[in-house]
Amino acid sequence: MRATMQPFSALSLLKRGLSGQRGWAAQWRSPEPKAAYDAVIVGGGGHGLGAAYYLASEHALGSIAVLEKGWIGGGNTGRNTTVIRSNYLFDESAALYDHSVKLWEGLSQTLNYNVMFSQRGVLMLAHTVHDMQVSKRHVHANRAAGVDNEWLTPEEAKAFCPPLNIGDVRYPVLGAALQRRGGTARHDAVAWGYARAADALGVDIIENCAVTGIRRNTDGSVAGVETTRGPISTRRVGVSAAGHSSVVMKMAGVELPLESYPLQALVSEPVKPVFPCVVMSNTIHAYISQSDKGELVIGAGTDAYTTYTQRGGLHISSHALEAVCELFPMFRRLRMLRNWGGIVDVTPDRSPIIARTPVPGLYVNCGWGTGGFKATPGAAHVFAWTIARDEPHPINAPFTLERFRDGNLIDEAAAAAVAH
Amino acid sequence: MLLIQCPYCGERPEPEFVYGGQAHIARPQPSAELSDQEWTNFLYRRNNTRGAHAERWRHTHGCGRFFNALRDTTTDHFLATYKLSEPPPRPPAESAE
Repeated sequence: MRATMQPFSALSLLKRGLSGQRGWAAQWRSPEPKAAYDAVIVGGGGHGLGAAYYLASEHALGSIAVLEKGWIGGGNTGRNTTVIRSNYLFDESAALYDHSVKLWEGLSQTLNYNVMFSQRGVLMLAHTVHDMQVSKRHVHANRAAGVDNEWLTPEEAKAFCPPLNIGDVRYPVLGAALQRRGGTARHDAVAWGYARAADALGVDIIENCAVTGIRRNTDGSVAGVETTRGPISTRRVGVSAAGHSSVVMKMAGVELPLESYPLQALVSEPVKPVFPCVVMSNTIHAYISQSDKGELVIGAGTDAYTTYTQRGGLHISSHALEAVCELFPMFRRLRMLRNWGGIVDVTPDRSPIIARTPVPGLYVNCGWGTGGFKATPGAAHVFAWTIARDEPHPINAPFTLERFRDGNLIDEAAAAAVAH
Repeated sequence: MLLIQCPYCGERPEPEFVYGGQAHIARPQPSAELSDQEWTNFLYRRNNTRGAHAERWRHTHGCGRFFNALRDTTTDHFLATYKLSEPPPRPPAESAE
């Protein structure tokens, strides 16, 4: 069952480098779907592939398939701005996202695949008195919860990020919260690393295979899935379909409190290393960092309306660019190379749902809104636990579907006044 | 950027409008007798339709009036806009979910 995986090492990279990069084998198989699996994950992004990896590596669940309607990592995993941080206000959120940051810290070693996790620091700017109060509250709450976060004066922020304009700006920088353990990672590598490691443990990664239905037994429990490549029997289905979670879950009659919005991002032409960290401004809404390739990676806000088109209005991305040019005047003459949108599934409280559902054997990991990438390892880890044991891990226990009915919201929306 | 046909003012660019979410959500009655699940559905559950989606818009920087629209969420093409008092037009069969 175990496929052969060529381990990466400095020596193997050097040898292939000297021999013209010949002799690399495919990093994962491309199997035909089998008639039955012990568990099926719907969605081959980082979250789904990660869940399959942890199911195989930590829960020894037997045969596992990941079904992806397109190609792996081609959805939001390949469309985000790769920001990683865990400075969320509420204890439940801080525990979940910090679980993820801790897994990020060892992920390249765990997977034997360089995910290029770089803890270059995430600086979140405050531009108003209200921002200052909210940011400082976050700093204190984080420190009480054991998550690193510190308050910087405008001068200290400028020292940490020299391109930052703290002088003549429409919304002056009054201070900033800095999480030094935050940073970025290589988004494709996360999908590929999990895919390669999961495949080596026998997981079947099946691309170009859209789920078209969820079959149920007479007692209501999951019997399998219908796909564009034929029916597959299974007793456990984990849905990790991001913006399309509502669509997939409706196949089993499960209605979710989700709305799917486009979220846009852009990259500039590549330039020399000029930008040392990640800077976010919730108030004037722009995120920026520099990739290792040299492109500035810029995140904009969500469009106003729900859609599945993976694009949005140009006025949304221009707004983000205006904010970036104001904060970093040296980028004013930089050209943008590409812009695109991803479809993000937003919950009413802007916190995710990682939980069992009313359908026995059906599990869902959704509602990550605009901030799912950072949570990839942590969410995948606790989602695998939930699927394998049919009960939540203590970390995702508060993130139920029933919290909306029972009034136990984890209201990060109110905490930050923007989507995450 | 969307071009939106306000039923009162005609076609205008999207920044003149504010999106108001799913249309035709009636507050369930009688309030005092609703179950928690009925309240949850009213407050939080949305169709999140992939296909023809009935939704509210307000022409904030124009006439200021609310109206409804039927938009295909797979193309962002507006199938119709109509006044609040009117029922939603039937979507063409091929754009339904």
